[in-house]
Amino acid sequence: MLKKLLFTISLFLFINCSSKEEELYLPITYNLEIPSLFSQKLIAPVIPANNPLTQEGVALGKKLFFEKLLSGDNSQSCASCHNPQNAFSDTNQFSNGIDGKKGIRNAMPLFNLAWNFDELFNWDGSEFSLENQAFEPIRNPIEMHATWKNVAKKLQNHPEYPTLFKLAFGTSTIDSVLITKAIAQFERTLISGNSKFDRFLRGETSLTPEEENGFNVFIDEAKGDCFHCHGSNNNPLWTDNQFHNNGLDTNISDLGLGAKTGDPADNGKFKSPSIRNLAFTAPYMHDGRFATLEEVINHYSEGLKPSITIDPLMKKVQQGGVQLTSKEKADLKAFLLTLSDFEFINNPDFRNR
Amino acid sequence: MKKFILFYVGLFLLLGCEKKDCCTNLEPITVTLQFTHNWDGIPINSSDFNTFKFTTEHGEQISIERLRYLVSRIKIGDFEKNYQLINIGENTGLELVLAQIPQGNQFLKFTFGFTDADNIDGIYPDLNSTSFNVPMMMGGGYHFMQFDGKYKDSNNQNANFNYHAIRAVNASNPMNLILEDTSFEVEIGTFELSKNTAIEIKMNVAEWFKNPNLWDLNVLNTVLMPNFDAQKMMSENGRNVFDVGTISN
Repeated sequence: MLKKLLFTISLFLFINCSSKEEELYLPITYNLEIPSLFSQKLIAPVIPANNPLTQEGVALGKKLFFEKLLSGDNSQSCASCHNPQNAFSDTNQFSNGIDGKKGIRNAMPLFNLAWNFDELFNWDGSEFSLENQAFEPIRNPIEMHATWKNVAKKLQNHPEYPTLFKLAFGTSTIDSVLITKAIAQFERTLISGNSKFDRFLRGETSLTPEEENGFNVFIDEAKGDCFHCHGSNNNPLWTDNQFHNNGLDTNISDLGLGAKTGDPADNGKFKSPSIRNLAFTAPYMHDGRFATLEEVINHYSEGLKPSITIDPLMKKVQQGGVQLTSKEKADLKAFLLTLSDFEFINNPDFRNR
Repeated sequence: MKKFILFYVGLFLLLGCEKKDCCTNLEPITVTLQFTHNWDGIPINSSDFNTFKFTTEHGEQISIERLRYLVSRIKIGDFEKNYQLINIGENTGLELVLAQIPQGNQFLKFTFGFTDADNIDGIYPDLNSTSFNVPMMMGGGYHFMQFDGKYKDSNNQNANFNYHAIRAVNASNPMNLILEDTSFEVEIGTFELSKNTAIEIKMNVAEWFKNPNLWDLNVLNTVLMPNFDAQKMMSENGRNVFDVGTISN
């Protein structure tokens, strides 16, 4: 009798375990294609342990990035304001939300986000981690103006999404956490590292004399002195991912980082954007106030405005800036444009197909 | 026979114990270096930044906004740590734990910045990632210190300063840079180490402006990286900056 009972229990456990094993689904690891200069020069990208990259997760994240169901009236996706052709930024100074409302900041370009080591995102550093950042625009009343409950419900009732979530995360129950995890996975794959200047550093091409001189203006402390905030050949991110007041205004209305930290010393500080892909990301600055690169260069050359929190790295503020010559300005622009990565903006993996 | 076995087992255990007792004192310990900062004795931490609360020996009021520096070849006894970046504003690198340090009298020293042998352009990914590089046109390698802030100029107006220490470079002929190693060794002293110990290493920030070169920020404020003489002066002033503080167990 006892033997029979044990046999029955064992059989039950065996069958139970087997069926669970069948249910166990392991998504396939997604290996980031890290540019050689990045792996040589930089520390490893940030991939959270609770959201490893998988092929299924990245594919789902891409689909969600272009999915208009994520907005309140099904009219906008993330890509509506983060256009791949513009290095995932917006040509409008301020993006239009679904209700036609506009914000006060220019949409940031999206690339090399996994190398933002402090993980503070947005112009004002208001969100920690890519996953958290993705929460905000969907429920923001002047952006996609949806509720997470409704978005999850729409996706749950979609013919494809429950299966895609099952493949990516092992569950077909869709919620905001998994949606933002998938979007963050896709965003981490947006890597830009193959511009003309990258090829020059790899010894595959040469610069024109103007481009070379422009690079020298960029790294010369006595001229452009751009490298302290915007990287160099040894920091191919071309940003320090830190927050600076770069002398845009004497009277600061948009507090930037200061609004987040509550520290008046942070008022008017905004994240240094990467200077990669400037050819595609106009207008410039956190509020998109400059339409052209010439205006940006003129600002640092003679347009600086003093304020209490202006960064000490802004030189010759009382004279308006570093006083570049016309030739230096033109060459600096020529160099900046060598950081345009056409392969990135045309990458079919990053397009909606 | 049984007695013999018991005797030898007992002897073995006794010797074993003696051996263990004799080795207990030689177990390695942990030494924690704590980097603290002060202005002529007044403690400085990140909460003291961004206000005009310090006055240089020359008489300029200053506000500290960014202060990070690098020490290398941190050596205690035979143990050596390659380098450490200390960032006061971000409260990082202020403590360095050195494990497995042998007991006994050990000498502690480090280098401020990188010696030429270590100051190789672009080879440290963590320093590249935090943009601590020096462009090749100024000799390449890495900053030793980035010390940025504002001072009240002779018209009592706010003005910026960038006291950036690097390897001195004379770039008057860009095709033939003249470089001089301006890193320097800091000897903290000998410590008798018998248990886990914390050693405070104090930086008196005021000394950067004081001795032997009285620093006038109205004259030397920005664009100091390519200024060969200014770099030499920084290096000279730096020799008086570090001191040993509290030793605790």
